[in-house]
Amino acid sequence: MITRSSTLQGLVLPGILAGLLVVLPAFAQQAGGQPPAQPAAPPSAANPEAAKPMPSLQPQPTTVPGRPDIPNAEVNTMLRSIAPPPIPTPEDKLPIPQLKLPRGFKIEVFASGIANARTLRLGDKGTVFVSNRLLDKVYAIVDRNGRRETKVIASGLDRPNGLAFHKGTLYIAEGTRISKLERIEDSLADPPKPVVVYDDLPNHQSHGWRYIGIGPDEKLYINVGAPCNICEPPATNAQIRRLNLDGSGAEIYARGIRNSVGFDWHPVTKQFYFTEHGRDWLSEDLPEDELNRVTKPGQHFGFPYCHQGTFTDREMGWGRSCDEFEKPVALMGPHSAVLGMRFYTGKMFPSQYTNAIFIARHGSWNRTKKIGGDVVVVKLNKDGSVRSQEPFLTGFIQNNQYIGRPVDLQVMKDGSMLISDDYAGAVYRVTYPGGKIAKP
Amino acid sequence: MVSAWPASADTLEARVTACLACHGENGQSALPEVPSLGAQPAFYLLIQLFMFREKMRVVDVMNRMTQELSDNDLRGLADTIAKLPSPPPAGGPVDPARMERARALIEQHRCNFCHKRDYSGEESVPRLAGQREDYLVKALREYKDNSRRAYDASMADVLYLLTDGQILDLAYFLARVR
Repeated sequence: MITRSSTLQGLVLPGILAGLLVVLPAFAQQAGGQPPAQPAAPPSAANPEAAKPMPSLQPQPTTVPGRPDIPNAEVNTMLRSIAPPPIPTPEDKLPIPQLKLPRGFKIEVFASGIANARTLRLGDKGTVFVSNRLLDKVYAIVDRNGRRETKVIASGLDRPNGLAFHKGTLYIAEGTRISKLERIEDSLADPPKPVVVYDDLPNHQSHGWRYIGIGPDEKLYINVGAPCNICEPPATNAQIRRLNLDGSGAEIYARGIRNSVGFDWHPVTKQFYFTEHGRDWLSEDLPEDELNRVTKPGQHFGFPYCHQGTFTDREMGWGRSCDEFEKPVALMGPHSAVLGMRFYTGKMFPSQYTNAIFIARHGSWNRTKKIGGDVVVVKLNKDGSVRSQEPFLTGFIQNNQYIGRPVDLQVMKDGSMLISDDYAGAVYRVTYPGGKIAKP
Repeated sequence: MVSAWPASADTLEARVTACLACHGENGQSALPEVPSLGAQPAFYLLIQLFMFREKMRVVDVMNRMTQELSDNDLRGLADTIAKLPSPPPAGGPVDPARMERARALIEQHRCNFCHKRDYSGEESVPRLAGQREDYLVKALREYKDNSRRAYDASMADVLYLLTDGQILDLAYFLARVR
């Protein structure tokens, strides 16, 4: 159980840092287990005083002695993180022509001009809500007499990535709090100020944005990621919590989770499935991201000790075994950045997609050859295990560069599917014209 | 809020001149804790200007300077300032031990992967070479204590692991690196 404390806003971080001091020697090993390579430093004529130790801009060795896992100078800038433009791509420049779907499906622009479009949620009255992660806004897309309009309903927020909609109320999860906007669809023109329901969350930038959802048990679920790439996480982190809709009764639902930015409940079994990102900087091909399933509250999914259910971490895994932890139900590709996932419960797509999981793979950054940047379909067996995994929407990577990056999905009432893109700043709509099409 | 621009600053050239009143001739700052902007990547500059306009980064004068600018105004400023010459490294005697410590940290935390081997930056990643030492210290401390909001979490991943003494060494090195 999580101990509730209303004082934590200012105290959590120092707490984390104090904890860090204790574990620092352990993960100072992460990248610096040995003295770093010393590139030959030729004397600098311009500054004789610093002749010997001046840093060199000369070519460095192609491998780091003793650390073959550290990439060489030729590829290193291909591994840096990728920032999306803060200004969205104009509608006529969106990458629709490059995107590919199975035969019979179509994709079109649903809304453009939404910089950093992230989580998608659907209101009871048809409003589509869109969140930001790097920016500060939440948007509502409404149909006004056949014309689609986008308006900002909240701004000045702190990484408001998480959205959930339940019985007329929109829940917004920022970095350190969850708030709600009641009867939001009746007051889109003049939205109320968000009311905070829960703020016992640690403040950290790394994996410090949230994903939320409301389960069949009418409880609110929220991820609290690890505040690092790989470390022994504080007791407040690397977990999914669940709590009552008024913010009370918070408890740890699942543990050992590096970061999950997508989860959903199986429409029949009601079991909780979630996507999880594997650690960075281990290798081009390992570990793979995961699709996981919780069969019992309190289960531990391995972070930081075991990756992809098959091998222990280079630093944190000594003395541990992957047998101690829950194994993933599917491996989703190294660094592929699996984000939003939804079970398909609509009637428009062919029946083979009924109750299948659609998963947005945002695409890798910590890999020289980019992978992901697509939407895949995972089909399940009756017992909830994975039967197959196949591409659905591809084409966001062209010449090893992103032209868009899919984030989240929303099945609409007519069975069509919306897909958000936080790189181009847009929302797309996928339809199956061969299917039965009702008015949205 | 009152506009921070001089009344005459309605062209791109006049705006850049106003920027450089603080950020220094040719984008080389002479004011404490005010960064040099010369040769910063245009995309990095655009992101920062955007964050100032949207008040995601809170620095009063920068918030006022950007509040009335359009996306195209921001692009114009970023593209123009990016073409200013790079600031030269800090002069004076150099402490070899500090340079060596910083270089080890840079290898360990892969600073040069994103900021490039000559610390000139690229795309969304800022130039560090020749930046004012006091500004580098300020920026790193603000990333560390979460008071400066970064556009993405890359810096937080690194700063989580760094001590204040290491921040001082890194800033010392980057201001002087040749």
